Amino acid sequence: MASSPPATPVDPALPVLAAERLTVHFGLVTVLRDISVAIAPGETLVILGESGCGKTVLLKCLIGLIRPSSGEVRFEGRSLARHSERSLASLRTKCGFVFQGAALFDSLSIADNIAFPLREHTRLAEAEIAAIVDQLLAEVGLPPQVRSRKPMELSGGMRKRAGLARALALDPPVVLYDEPTTGLDPIMTDVIGELILKVRARGGVTSVVVTHDMHTARKVADRIVMLHPLARLAADAPQIVFSGTPAELDRSRDPRIRQFIEGRAGNRLVEAAAGGGS
Amino acid sequence: MATDPTTPVARLRGGFSDWIADRVADLGAFMLDRVAAVGDVAIFTFRTLAWIVARRQRRDVLVPAFYQIGVLSLPVVALTGLFIGMVLAVQSYAQFRALGLQTRLGSVINLSLVRELGPVLAATMLAGRVTEQIDALESMGANPVYYLVVPRFLGCLVLIPTLTVMADFMGVLGGYLYSHLVLGIDYHHYWNNSREYVDAFDFLMGIFKSFFFGAAIALVSCHHGFHSGHGAEGVGRAATNAFVHSFVLILILDLFLGMWLNNVHDFFRPEGPRRLL
Repeated sequence: MASSPPATPVDPALPVLAAERLTVHFGLVTVLRDISVAIAPGETLVILGESGCGKTVLLKCLIGLIRPSSGEVRFEGRSLARHSERSLASLRTKCGFVFQGAALFDSLSIADNIAFPLREHTRLAEAEIAAIVDQLLAEVGLPPQVRSRKPMELSGGMRKRAGLARALALDPPVVLYDEPTTGLDPIMTDVIGELILKVRARGGVTSVVVTHDMHTARKVADRIVMLHPLARLAADAPQIVFSGTPAELDRSRDPRIRQFIEGRAGNRLVEAAAGGGS
Repeated sequence: MATDPTTPVARLRGGFSDWIADRVADLGAFMLDRVAAVGDVAIFTFRTLAWIVARRQRRDVLVPAFYQIGVLSLPVVALTGLFIGMVLAVQSYAQFRALGLQTRLGSVINLSLVRELGPVLAATMLAGRVTEQIDALESMGANPVYYLVVPRFLGCLVLIPTLTVMADFMGVLGGYLYSHLVLGIDYHHYWNNSREYVDAFDFLMGIFKSFFFGAAIALVSCHHGFHSGHGAEGVGRAATNAFVHSFVLILILDLFLGMWLNNVHDFFRPEGPRRLL
């Protein structure tokens, strides 16, 4: 089922999350240059782009895991740079982050992994925590038997869903997904897409999804922002090459966008052999 | 023409002073890097110690780390200890026999083991790493130093000394088995000589050193883990650097602690250094 979600009215005056003129250097390499993005409440924004274009870095900047070299990130209007370590920690409880590799703690069981944020930030009794864990497992479609399993014993798709359950444990108003479907088969990819829609339906959750998978992007996005690797851009060209709805993306005539959504190699193989590009 | 920097002479002249300037700049940058790194590790150490007292340690956090460090590395430490003991016997035997002192083999093997090799061995087998879970902790508003560094630090501090006992024991056993079964040195001579030259001080000296090794490994490795570059390549490089730096640090610490402990020994045993041979 490829029904796209109904477009929500976007009020740019009150973004939940906003990146303003973000630039990130790693050593001598510039990964992000002058990026500005605003995410409205209840909106699902998909950040699209090929590998190495800096989309994961942008996502990590949004919750302060990576500090930008210049520019700032505002969460509910307040700059992250103005938060102390402690208030940043409490702010992060409002954001669920689903990691590319799930980033479950190997030494803890699935149930303990999902319970981790609850134990860290709430004073709930163990019985209540167990009930929430069961409910979250059911919500992401994992059988109760996985409770006592270790992350290594689960398949990739199951780990991603467990990671999602952990990200949802504190009922965050914002959920960030880093490549949620990478390494999954097409059916499981669609399952994750369904889950993202389901989470969003939970009382207006704001979502940011970083992906290079067009199927997922079309399925969940209200709005798509496409980044281009800086190595392939002229020194003053904007790094955001597209911003709009999935339908507008499909109608775009920009050759860089056409190449990406149609998945064409172009002359990349020749470039790679010559040592240029990534 | 003379000012054209592309002529060979101009290039050589400019090249040489540039070359000197580059080397001076490189040296300066290198020194700055080292000083900054030492400062970084010091701050990191301070934060770790602060978190040990700031918050009560959770059992479910400590136990897995202790298990990893103490239990999972036990077979490797035991096996390497056993082999080092045997290797020492193989190496020393020829020299000792030339002097007609083969019955003294036990003393030198056991002394080297408990004073030096046991602790270094137990420590180097453990120079591990912290993986990518740092971001996950931070994203959940949990402190990664508390959850990742403190358990490993305490684990190394408490368990490397006990692993040292294991390495000592297996080394002594390996040395004896080889000397007795292969070289034919009798039980009585081997152990009597050992008892005469190896005492509790030697053993405790090894254990004492291992506390420092444990703390050094934990801090250096975790520091590398925390500052690894991005992606799998960065983590891999951090793991390699953590191992190399821990290993070098252990050997440096071993030298200085050894020198210092010899003074301590002379202070308590003013009759002078013991003569092994």
